[in-house]
Amino acid sequence: MAPPTSPRADVAAEPARSGADDAAGLGRARAAAFVAPALVLVAVFLVFPALWTLYLGTTDYRLTGVAASEPRFVGTANYRDVLGDGDFHRSLWLTAQFVIGSAVLGQTLLGFAVAWVMRDRPGPVRRLVEGLVLLAWILPSSVIAFLWIALLDRDGGTLNALLGTPGTAWLLDHPMGCVIVFNVWHGTAFSMMLYGAALGNVPPSHLETAALAGASTLQTLRDVVYPRVRGHVLTSLLLVGLWTFNDFTPFLITAGGPDGRSEIMSVYVYRTALGDGRLGAGAAVSLIMILINLAIALVYLRALRARRAAPAGAS
Amino acid sequence: MVFSGTGLPGGRIGAAALAAVVMAMVMAVVAAGCGGGSPADPDRGRDAKSLTLTITRNAIAGGKNAEEAEWITRTVIPGFVAAQKAKGVTAKVTFRGQGVADEAYKTRLALDLKSRSGADIVDIDGIWVGEFAQAGYIRPLGDVVGPPADAWDGWTAIPASIQRQASFEGRRYGVPPSTDGRVLYFNRRLFARAGLPAAWQPRSWQDVLAAARALKRLPGVTPVQLDAGTAMGEATSMQGVLPLLAGAGAEIYSGGKWTGGGQALQQVLGLYAQIYGPEGLGDPKLQQEAKGRDKSFEEFAAGRIGILAEGDYLWRDVLNPKSGVARMRTRDQDVGYALIPAVAPGRGVRGQSFVSMSGGAVTVLNPNTKYPQQAFALLAYMNSAEMTRARTAGTPEITSRTDVNKQILAGDPFLTFVSEKALPVTSYRPGLAVYPRVSTALQEATAAVVSGTSPQDAAARYSEKLEGIVGGAANVAAR
Amino acid sequence: MNEAVRGALRRIGLATFVSAVLGFFSLPLLWLAFAPFDADPGVSASLPEFTLHNFRVLMDNPYALASLRNSVLLAGGTAALVVTCAALAAYALSRVRVPGRDALLYVLLLLSSIVTGTAAMVPVFLLAFDLHLIDSRLGVVLVLTGGLLPAAIFLLKDFTDATPPSYEEAARVFGASPLQVLRHVVVPVIRPGLATVGVWAVAQVWGDFLMPFLLLRDPDKAPASVVMYTFYTEGGQPDLALISTFSLLYSLPVVAMYLFVSRRYGFRFHGGIKR
Repeated sequence: MAPPTSPRADVAAEPARSGADDAAGLGRARAAAFVAPALVLVAVFLVFPALWTLYLGTTDYRLTGVAASEPRFVGTANYRDVLGDGDFHRSLWLTAQFVIGSAVLGQTLLGFAVAWVMRDRPGPVRRLVEGLVLLAWILPSSVIAFLWIALLDRDGGTLNALLGTPGTAWLLDHPMGCVIVFNVWHGTAFSMMLYGAALGNVPPSHLETAALAGASTLQTLRDVVYPRVRGHVLTSLLLVGLWTFNDFTPFLITAGGPDGRSEIMSVYVYRTALGDGRLGAGAAVSLIMILINLAIALVYLRALRARRAAPAGAS
Repeated sequence: MVFSGTGLPGGRIGAAALAAVVMAMVMAVVAAGCGGGSPADPDRGRDAKSLTLTITRNAIAGGKNAEEAEWITRTVIPGFVAAQKAKGVTAKVTFRGQGVADEAYKTRLALDLKSRSGADIVDIDGIWVGEFAQAGYIRPLGDVVGPPADAWDGWTAIPASIQRQASFEGRRYGVPPSTDGRVLYFNRRLFARAGLPAAWQPRSWQDVLAAARALKRLPGVTPVQLDAGTAMGEATSMQGVLPLLAGAGAEIYSGGKWTGGGQALQQVLGLYAQIYGPEGLGDPKLQQEAKGRDKSFEEFAAGRIGILAEGDYLWRDVLNPKSGVARMRTRDQDVGYALIPAVAPGRGVRGQSFVSMSGGAVTVLNPNTKYPQQAFALLAYMNSAEMTRARTAGTPEITSRTDVNKQILAGDPFLTFVSEKALPVTSYRPGLAVYPRVSTALQEATAAVVSGTSPQDAAARYSEKLEGIVGGAANVAAR
Repeated sequence: MNEAVRGALRRIGLATFVSAVLGFFSLPLLWLAFAPFDADPGVSASLPEFTLHNFRVLMDNPYALASLRNSVLLAGGTAALVVTCAALAAYALSRVRVPGRDALLYVLLLLSSIVTGTAAMVPVFLLAFDLHLIDSRLGVVLVLTGGLLPAAIFLLKDFTDATPPSYEEAARVFGASPLQVLRHVVVPVIRPGLATVGVWAVAQVWGDFLMPFLLLRDPDKAPASVVMYTFYTEGGQPDLALISTFSLLYSLPVVAMYLFVSRRYGFRFHGGIKR
């Protein structure tokens, strides 16, 4: 992750190799110039503060008090504290529920289902469904947080009025359930769009063939569709998983409560860094979160690669 | 994983440039961070003929604390600018309103002060004084301004106990504009229906529980709301644990030691257990809701809560029939108020029979102001009798100045009651950097009791946590 | 016969699914449709005692409308910068062989999750301070752009990957320069992708509270996401009348933008992003 000291000379010294792919005749210098603005912005405003944050993770730095003026280097003490903290273990477990429930299962399945059902629907119905799903995605998080608080309220909430269950405190009795359903509502649009595009790649003739052969929907999905959208499943899992892992919006609804029962990782970091002012410890958690994400990504990659190797060529 | 070896044509240039940029910035920032605090001259900029000053606080026109924002822009600034003009000085004073959650406000302020920038005159909560002072973000008024700070005539009007709100380790860091107190509110209509007196003043915790049991017979009424749990945040400490702890004879910090989970805290948690236990005198769910405190206001205003422990702003800004957020048209007739009793007469802190808790904001100077003398002049002007009266003209409150209180509270029986009955028996939180974490530990203890843990177990767990926070058992007293 | 029953069941199942999806996604939105017009809004979405009073109160608020303008500036600036830089970089990265670029992009994505979190606020603030970017909209735009770029490049690279190089080769035969190729050949092909990433960037900035709050000082520069949080009273109680009304005003621009963009350029992923 460190900045480079010696770029790979062999590649840089081999213009012929880059030229082979270079349909637009970009050339080395122009390609570098095209990448440069993004690279500079990312280096200055992303890599630099991120590395600095990781450095803070090795100090007892705080926002106020004595440790704010004279932070001390504490080595791995923050990591030991965090890894030994019961609240951290709980938040790890809750985050696992949140990511698996809302991202892996909820958004991916619902997103795919909507995309699948809508693929050959007439215009108005499709536009309405897609519009609503996208609305849930683009509205500002502070607004949708209020919408869900209003929906789930104990006394005057719309849900209780609809179900005839006055006084049911959904956010207190099932905080994680609420947060997971909320996030499915909020984030399905991305998966829907992704799979919508992916399904466009499945040749209609293949689907017709499957239908003529009397294949059930499940069989069609497994044998015809899945092999063609497998790559998109990986992207969806990687991006949506990472975003969900770091999503802070649930805090706006439950504030991590009651008694920490919906304190997912991002809320734990917030409470550590802002609530307690322990910025060093908060930075340490951030690195741990990154490593977990990296590990998950490698697992996805392996799993999908293994699948690809085994039953190739179903269609 | 690797940044290098991307193989990008020209990658060498990009990579080297990246490394250079990052290194240069690390060095620049490290150098900036090492610049030591120079002992600034209090008389710098003293004779300036034209100057600019900035005021900030967590108030904004059309939003949070709007009245205060308007007072600064419409009254304070024009008055000060005119006074300076009379002296031949052109002053440009701007107000930077903010209006966000206290935590966010505190963060932004700390960052500003850390980078030696930000407004010249800043409002902070009284309990932040210690941690801001320890971080070097603020300095004693005497150091920033010099002798004029102690010579201000306003100090004689502000009682020593309220001045402590703005002090740390015996030195004044700013001027406290106001203070407050905590009382028990009760709904007289519900009391009448439950056969309880309209002029109610409990003498012990048993009296409160007895009234609650009577109220319990009314359908749809929560007898008592005593803030508990972490979702209520500091409200649990200010309106719940701390006044009760004082009522059990112990303050959270005294004689250089923090109060552990001894008898006093166990008594306090025992009361929580009685209220939120099987008798159902309180609503445990309300303590867990993210917006539970707001809801407790609404329910009290709607006549569904019998007894509520709250600060005086409940009366001023929440139930206020004209400007409140949970307006109660019949506030003056239907809402009664009483002092918070000790566990039994004479058993409270300092042998008191009644207790309260107080806090409030403090206006401090940014030690890096370019014009310490003029900034202090503005600070003093804001806290003059005349400006204090103007500030409280819309909604009266208890100011820090006894001379102003005499005039503005005369027509307000409730605020007079708080000022004359509650403030003499009140307690303050310690302005120490670790206090917020101690407070959180107290909130967690109440949360545990509300969800069924025994008071003894919760107190023991609190003791353990407290020792970790304050640096060992040596700094904890059992009490 | 059997076939017809199955077909009917299938249609019923589909209709049920579609209605369930419609219900699920529209139910929470009811409050936003009703509360702003309610004289005394609570949390329940009830038919209101109709009033436009809340809107008038908001018009009198000195920061409410200006904050929407500020949001447009921040979101527009960031989206423009993100789309431009990401398109250039994605194009170069997809046309020139770069071993390990996917891993690099993923590492940048991971780092972006640190920087958008609360733990990095002190480094970000001090960095902006040393670059004299405090209380500057440009500072907010730059910091947000840095955070959004990795994901934007990730999304856009797929569009450029899916564009057949033969177009560009043809254009080169006619003597077009690489920039001309990019502008006249590649951009039109990936336009839906640019639109999608632009909308995504705007939505991200539109809702972001932390960065503008940390980096801006003058309340006249505060965007709507920050001003939204000022509609609280001393006791920290949200002023539901103002908040619901402002929520509606705050939401309309992004919805309008989405409708405009999706009509004009299309709003979708191209071949789908795949690895």
